Amino acid sequence: MAAMGALLKFGALLLAAVAACVAWEDGDVWDYDGHKLKDSDFLALWPLPQKVQSSAVSFQLSASRFQFTHAEGSSAGSDCSILQNAFRRYFDYIFGFTKKDRDQRRRNAAGSEVLELQVAITSPDAECDGFPSLTSDESYELSVDQPSAVLKAPKVWGALRGLETFSQLVYEDAYDVIAMTNVLNFSVFPDFPRFAHRGVLLDSSRHYLPLKVILANLEAMAMNKYNVFHWHISDDQSFPYVSRMFPDLSQKGSYHPYTHVYTPADVKMVIEFARMRGIRVIAEFDTPGHTQSWGFGQKDLLTPCYTGSSPSGTYGPVNPILNTTYDFMAGFFKEISTVFPDAYVHLGGDEVDFSCWKSNPDIQKFMDQQGFGKDYSKLESFYIQRLLDIVSSTDKGYMVWQEVFDNGVKLKMDTLIHVWKGNEAQYQAEMARVTGAGYRTLLSTPWYLNRISYGQDWRDAYKADPCNFTGTDAQKKLVIGGEACLWGEYVDASNLTPRLWPRASAVAERLWSDQGVRDISDAYVRLVQHRCRMVERGIPAEPLFTGYCRHEYSGV
Amino acid sequence: MSSRCNLRFLIPGLALLLGGVPSVLAVWPQPQQIRNSAERYSLSARAFLFKHADVSAVRSGCDVLDQAFTRYFTLIFPESGGGGTGDTGAADPFTVEVNVAEGPCDGYPAEGSIENYKLTVSPGQAVLTSVTVWGALRGLESLSQLVEQDDYGAYYINKTEIEDFPRFQFRGLLLDTSRHYLPLQAILKTLDAMAYSKLNVFHWHIVDDPSFPYQSRKYPDLSKKGAYHPFTHIYTQTDVRRVIEHARLRGIRVLAEFDSPGHTQSWGNGQPSLLTPCYRGDVPSGTYGPVNPILDSTYVFMANLLKEVTSVFPDSYIHLGGDEVDFSCWKSNPDIKAFMKKMGFGSDFTKLESFYIPRYVVEVWKWGCYLCEDTVLEIWKGLPEEYQKELSRITKAGHRVLLSAPWYINHISYGQDWRNSYTVQPQNFSGTEEQKKLVIGGEVCMWGEYVDATNLSPRLWPRACAAAERLWSDEVQTSSVDQAFPRLTDFRCRLLRRGIQAEPLYVGHCKNEYQGI
Repeated sequence: MAAMGALLKFGALLLAAVAACVAWEDGDVWDYDGHKLKDSDFLALWPLPQKVQSSAVSFQLSASRFQFTHAEGSSAGSDCSILQNAFRRYFDYIFGFTKKDRDQRRRNAAGSEVLELQVAITSPDAECDGFPSLTSDESYELSVDQPSAVLKAPKVWGALRGLETFSQLVYEDAYDVIAMTNVLNFSVFPDFPRFAHRGVLLDSSRHYLPLKVILANLEAMAMNKYNVFHWHISDDQSFPYVSRMFPDLSQKGSYHPYTHVYTPADVKMVIEFARMRGIRVIAEFDTPGHTQSWGFGQKDLLTPCYTGSSPSGTYGPVNPILNTTYDFMAGFFKEISTVFPDAYVHLGGDEVDFSCWKSNPDIQKFMDQQGFGKDYSKLESFYIQRLLDIVSSTDKGYMVWQEVFDNGVKLKMDTLIHVWKGNEAQYQAEMARVTGAGYRTLLSTPWYLNRISYGQDWRDAYKADPCNFTGTDAQKKLVIGGEACLWGEYVDASNLTPRLWPRASAVAERLWSDQGVRDISDAYVRLVQHRCRMVERGIPAEPLFTGYCRHEYSGV
Repeated sequence: MSSRCNLRFLIPGLALLLGGVPSVLAVWPQPQQIRNSAERYSLSARAFLFKHADVSAVRSGCDVLDQAFTRYFTLIFPESGGGGTGDTGAADPFTVEVNVAEGPCDGYPAEGSIENYKLTVSPGQAVLTSVTVWGALRGLESLSQLVEQDDYGAYYINKTEIEDFPRFQFRGLLLDTSRHYLPLQAILKTLDAMAYSKLNVFHWHIVDDPSFPYQSRKYPDLSKKGAYHPFTHIYTQTDVRRVIEHARLRGIRVLAEFDSPGHTQSWGNGQPSLLTPCYRGDVPSGTYGPVNPILDSTYVFMANLLKEVTSVFPDSYIHLGGDEVDFSCWKSNPDIKAFMKKMGFGSDFTKLESFYIPRYVVEVWKWGCYLCEDTVLEIWKGLPEEYQKELSRITKAGHRVLLSAPWYINHISYGQDWRNSYTVQPQNFSGTEEQKKLVIGGEVCMWGEYVDATNLSPRLWPRACAAAERLWSDEVQTSSVDQAFPRLTDFRCRLLRRGIQAEPLYVGHCKNEYQGI
């Protein structure tokens, strides 16, 4: 039978299966070479929890009887909106295709049914009204038994991760049209993330991304236990962020001042939607390069470039020699510090082109005065240094791209250095240098998912590991995680979601699961199912290879 | 649109200049002859009318045109909410008069259908003349692309004259519904976008090794046991008819491919003993190879199936595949070996393959079928030097030929790979003028290993548009890929506006971005 790939096909097999949660008719799963894979007795959990135990027992769930409840003694109750919203969301995911109560038709012979999932927040402060942070506790324990399953977590953030795992344990024992029961396996495990910073970068400047697309991707991120949305919100091409203090920035610098902007209400919605899913929103306002679009709405911010002795009419990076520049930045980042609640702001600092600075006589004069000679990286550092002081004064920490570190800018020790350049050897050396200097770091180089190629390139993303570099244990501990980046040159609402998913899922597992989780053929089979799960939940995640999902994407 | 905005950031101030330039050149694919002026006429949905010319051989009641009028009215005035072909009540409507020289309009587009048209836009009216309704469809498409909206949302069209015809008669697009099942909606949408790009052949690679979604009347077990799912992942006869009709109304042929003797693993589930049992040593290994060419039952089955297929698919061509036959299973089978010996084939299994193909074609022929009197070969392999050699060789032998090799756009890479598709020169091979004429066109292929409903559209569009222009337009006029870039950027925004999930070529924006996720 050529039915390969995705889903479970079994009827009676289900109840007899030993330790099997997923049975494959004839073991029909194909690997990337078109070979069938066999004996897939595993759960299609993604990312794989730190520890899974599954037993031979499976239970039923019924849409009409099943409930999420707050456990007695939990520090979160019905006033915890994060959990209340999550209960509704996961109920939909679990029973999405079986809302009509068809479950009465067949009962498990043993009659074992899970009637509720009790959620217990075990620490005194559940953080229901807080924002997730770099130090948030995302650990949880889940045990499934009848009639009650129990999810324990110190904080709501862990409960969210546990709910996702719980929803992934549930599957439809379809193909048996009569009994469309949901069945669940008995499992216990303490789970927690390997890295604290697990991010996805979206670029809303090269192409404007409608709010709907950003929200859908936050949904998908939660399904993959991502916890940071790195919002590369502005760049050369457009400035869609509507600033209260400097409205001209988007009025004149966006693709369109009304249809291609993010209003304060939009930004608030993104942040709250993310918070509900335990996702931080880290805004990036990249300077002094990548700022062409800022120039339209902020006079004198950019350096005028010269041809010979006269201005050429074009502009370069932010002009670092004017006091007005720093006044502007102080006002702007003060606003940003109140709009974005996260403790970190990403300040960019990458790819500064010096040619315009070099052409400008005022800049040259300034260089002489400061004794910088011809070393324009010193001028860049001069700017960054002042910017960092400005941002520090708003009580924010900062992330910067690796160039800022490479150029020797004096950085506070809590600065996060974002590594993005080079080949494998080069980024590994950079990770060693950055951590050797005592800074915390995160990796993106192997996870530039905007770069596509034919075939299963998720495998390369999966194999990369942020801790693969030469360094001491203390250095390794300074690696806080990584980010999958989807730069926007060739991506907009039309193709973003299938390009990102399930390729970003590969990165998600690398960042969540134990370092030892590296079996790529096991990953393949789980990921095939996980991508179908995303498709069923309305995310157009593209296929890994030939095959099918029981419920194909219907949003065409 | 997007290109203007890019430029705006490079050279502030230029935006104004460019904003004033009418984008009347944004007809894609580029017509053979187009003359336009800055003179423009405003259009309004409330005073716009399609009508048949008094002398036209085709009148109301011609569903191809009637439905095209409705469709293009909505495409021209997307904010009108659709419906209607214009209001005759207005005092002085802008009138599009369509004059078709020959009927009928209840037929199917076919090989050799004439798609030429002439379009003249002048004050108060546009006149579209064509030989056939298919040509009229192409003209309506061009007309709809001439209509622009200014910054205040007002519609206008520039004074224009177009004389147009396709460079190649066969401009195809292949979808693969076996490696992944494509929901009907995805196929219909693709047909819409094909019409926007003037592609005229939908090559439906409907079955293959992984699944058999075609629900046969005669052999229902083929899809019942060979589809991914017997109810949700199949094409019923109604579905197939709907695809064919949707295509016909857009002047698109549907060319079904039933590939054999290889690529048939999924057939075996529903048709016992069709496939060759493979052997390990002296015993059957339990796996199966290509179609078993030594059994009479094979030919009876193939004849019946193809008889059905030729009655279901009205096009006079059926694509018979015949690619990538793996001989190892045949080699392992003792019965096959005995047959080879009997036939004196030695150990040359290509002879066995050659024995199979004509035999079942002849079987089909007996039923008075429509199968190709002369075979068209499709070139799908190789690098430019290789396929150019192949073109030269095949045309020298007098065969007509289709080119696909450079247009396997399921192969993706980072950046603007449409440029490679665009710069293909299908007739650039060593050969006589006569040989070059044997190149009847080409085909964009979207094989399905990595493609399903989630990513099909953005992977196809606008990348397939590059080949569409190469196959329709004059090669000299469209030799510059850089000149094509702003036009295609513009056309891509138009596709988005029409609900086609077309991906961006590069940074920039469209006035109306894609509204889904």
